[in-house]
Amino acid sequence: MPTNAKAAVIVFPGSNCDRDMKVALQAAMGGDVIMHWHGDADLPDVDLIAVPGGFSYGDYLRSGAMAANSPVMQSVVARAGRGVPVLGVCNGFQILTEAGLLPGALMRNAGINFVCKDVTLRIDNAATVFTRQYQEGQVIRIPVAHHDGNYFADDETLDRLEGEGRVAFRYCNPTGAVTREANPNGSRRNIAGILNKTGNVLGMMPHPERLADAALGGTDGKPMFDGLIEAIAA
Amino acid sequence: MKAKVHVTLKSGVLDPQGKAVGHALESLGFSGVNDVRQGKYIELDLNETDADKARAAVEDMCRQLLANTVIENYSVEIAEG
Repeated sequence: MPTNAKAAVIVFPGSNCDRDMKVALQAAMGGDVIMHWHGDADLPDVDLIAVPGGFSYGDYLRSGAMAANSPVMQSVVARAGRGVPVLGVCNGFQILTEAGLLPGALMRNAGINFVCKDVTLRIDNAATVFTRQYQEGQVIRIPVAHHDGNYFADDETLDRLEGEGRVAFRYCNPTGAVTREANPNGSRRNIAGILNKTGNVLGMMPHPERLADAALGGTDGKPMFDGLIEAIAA
Repeated sequence: MKAKVHVTLKSGVLDPQGKAVGHALESLGFSGVNDVRQGKYIELDLNETDADKARAAVEDMCRQLLANTVIENYSVEIAEG
């Protein structure tokens, strides 16, 4: 669907999913996507910001900690505050938590190992700009590839997130049951993705951009990009 | 002045790396290790000559970057030299 929507992917030293993100967004938009270097604080006026996966700054200090203090992040935080949708995937999720746009933290996987496999996710909230083309309770297959994806927040924060419908995705088994076995990294309450209070910032560990084209073996991630573009073009 | 910063996980926060180290120690035959918690040690060399100001500055650094206070505690030690 060609639109006039404009999107930017933020590129950090060590990002490695930035081009996949660009391809997925372009397929949904039919237009060009701005690749914006993190060192440039002057972020163009865009309708959507994607913070991609990778290993920004080699995960020095903590995953996402250095990138969260990059010059561009002040602009990203300001735009998020004005309601611009911000999607953070994997390292992008880590960066958004470190930048304070999302609560909690992503810790080392409970099993210590780097986890790289397809997982199944349950859509917990389908009433967001990111998930509008999914159904609540729908089970989708999306790959994960991370070492630090173990979502942690205190009980009070988790209760608040759940109470406000801010858990977007949970790790589940193929039938949609949220079980300990289906949790690849020890995330509290099987949380795979969360929203900010106003619903325009989503952080998630799984990679929807990696399954957004039949040529990649699946299209379960595609509705996220189609829905986002539909939402911002509306 | 020099500042020595220890960053440790808050109690109640699971430490998978500490647990793995504990298991490794056990398999090496070191018995009697009840628990292992892993953290970070950071040394800073500062221009500041006033210990109180140095401590305040380093604590600010901890809050803004060196520690993630969602999951970590920090402690700061200021030393001459």
